[in-house]
Amino acid sequence: MSLILDHVNYIYGGDTELAVHALRDVNLKIPDGQFIGLIGHTGSGKSTLVQHLNGLIKPTGGAIYFNGEDIHEDDFDKKKLRSKVGLVFQYPEHQLFEIDVFSDVCFGPKNLGLSRKEVELRAYEALKQVGLEDEFFYQSPFDLSGGQKRRVAIAGVLAMKPDILILDEPTAGLDPKGRDEILDRIAMLHKTMGITVILVSHSMEDVAKYVERIIVMNKGRVLYDDMPKEVFKHYKELEQIGLAAPQVTYIMQALKARGLPVNTEVTTIPEARDEILRIYGKHA
Amino acid sequence: MLRDITLGQYYQADSVIHKLDPRVKLIATITFIISLFVVKNAFGYIIAALFLLSAIKLSKVPFRFMVKGMKTIIFLLLITVIFNLFLTPGEALVSVWKLTITKEGLKSAVFMAIRLTFLIIGSSVMTLTTTPNNLTDGMERLMGPLKIFKVPVHEVAMMMSIALRFIPVLLEETDKIMKAQIARGADFESGNLIKKAKSLVPLLVPLFISAFRRANDLAMAMEARCYRGGDHRTKMKPLIYKKRDAFAYFVLLCYLAICIGANLLVIPGVIL
Repeated sequence: MSLILDHVNYIYGGDTELAVHALRDVNLKIPDGQFIGLIGHTGSGKSTLVQHLNGLIKPTGGAIYFNGEDIHEDDFDKKKLRSKVGLVFQYPEHQLFEIDVFSDVCFGPKNLGLSRKEVELRAYEALKQVGLEDEFFYQSPFDLSGGQKRRVAIAGVLAMKPDILILDEPTAGLDPKGRDEILDRIAMLHKTMGITVILVSHSMEDVAKYVERIIVMNKGRVLYDDMPKEVFKHYKELEQIGLAAPQVTYIMQALKARGLPVNTEVTTIPEARDEILRIYGKHA
Repeated sequence: MLRDITLGQYYQADSVIHKLDPRVKLIATITFIISLFVVKNAFGYIIAALFLLSAIKLSKVPFRFMVKGMKTIIFLLLITVIFNLFLTPGEALVSVWKLTITKEGLKSAVFMAIRLTFLIIGSSVMTLTTTPNNLTDGMERLMGPLKIFKVPVHEVAMMMSIALRFIPVLLEETDKIMKAQIARGADFESGNLIKKAKSLVPLLVPLFISAFRRANDLAMAMEARCYRGGDHRTKMKPLIYKKRDAFAYFVLLCYLAICIGANLLVIPGVIL
């Protein structure tokens, strides 16, 4: 179930004077089961990029292959692609429309032409996966809180049982608690179901804890594509493009600059704690 | 997909027409439209064409932007031409089966086509060279006297500018929701009319909700800045007539005079 992007280019507003080159020569390979963070500043092309992955936008140059098949060939089944590559947009709660939560989650699987029983089974499963309690199932989605609405919207995509789940800024506008809840849920889905997850964000802090690979976009180009600790080594360059490494990176770099021989490759707070303790343990 | 609406699309350029007071442009457009229906012979239309062409030339807006607006009325134009062509009684020119093209029909079909084309292009010149805000400002001032008759002129103008301002916002929103639902397997294109109408529900419900939410937010934001309608409200950039506006009015007057004069002109030997 791999996705391959081959020299993908995209230009907005092609023939006018206001043409914008949103993607420039993007080459990526997304294998099975990875947890990927896609990071970039506003306008770096990350949202445009993810809309290419399920065929919502057709590249102006280059090709995209899903399991070796070009997704823009005439005989390619795009509907099937969209059920396999689930895309959760920014502020997904704005697309809710049904009279109750359960029917809304049913919308996706119903469009796949499944039997009623299968549709309802999937909807139930998906709502459980995002951790929504039964009591909300038959309420109007508009009566829920912001965090609950968002979970319902994510369930709406999960119910299609995608192999690749893409989330465009899933934590935008949520408080820290809601943010951690959503991210922990997603991490659990990745672990238990083995699906590929692509997390789009502009915050390194959010993704550093979860992902195994980070793709950094800048002005439509892929700037870095590596393991988090390798990407964070470029923290000075990241700052120049309006991003930042996690705070832990700065602390470790500062400690090293003051003569403490710490390993600056750690990315999370627990790792940093262990690393500092290790050094003092040795010295003591 | 929904980006092709020209009406109300401003084209940025630095030209005399852009700099004119919106009131001048509004009155000129109305006068131009009236003149199209006043003139009765080919000579009059040549003058109207010259007037329109020079306005386009002065506006520095590429001609293809003007023609864009024509796409929307192409059917109306065709129907008008066909009806005029076949249904005007008079001296027969060509007759096939029950359909007869008369001399009078041909004449009125051609005139109608010219009128409609000029009308649309003429109003495009105005909307392409005037920002929506300027336009509503101009309308508010021109309709000012109606306040005596208790017409809420300011409120109407404010509603118009808000509506215009939100067209692109709602278009973008539509595009976004459409994509989100397509990502969930929605199909907006196939099926019969009833199925197509039904498939719009997942698009329209979120769109209306978002429109109401935006309206609510905007009302709050306006209240927070003490908006209380038009009374005692001053403008940051009040409309003031300049020399070029007076000159434009003079040109307009001349144009109207020539148009009326053209009606009196009879060129021997020319049928139109």
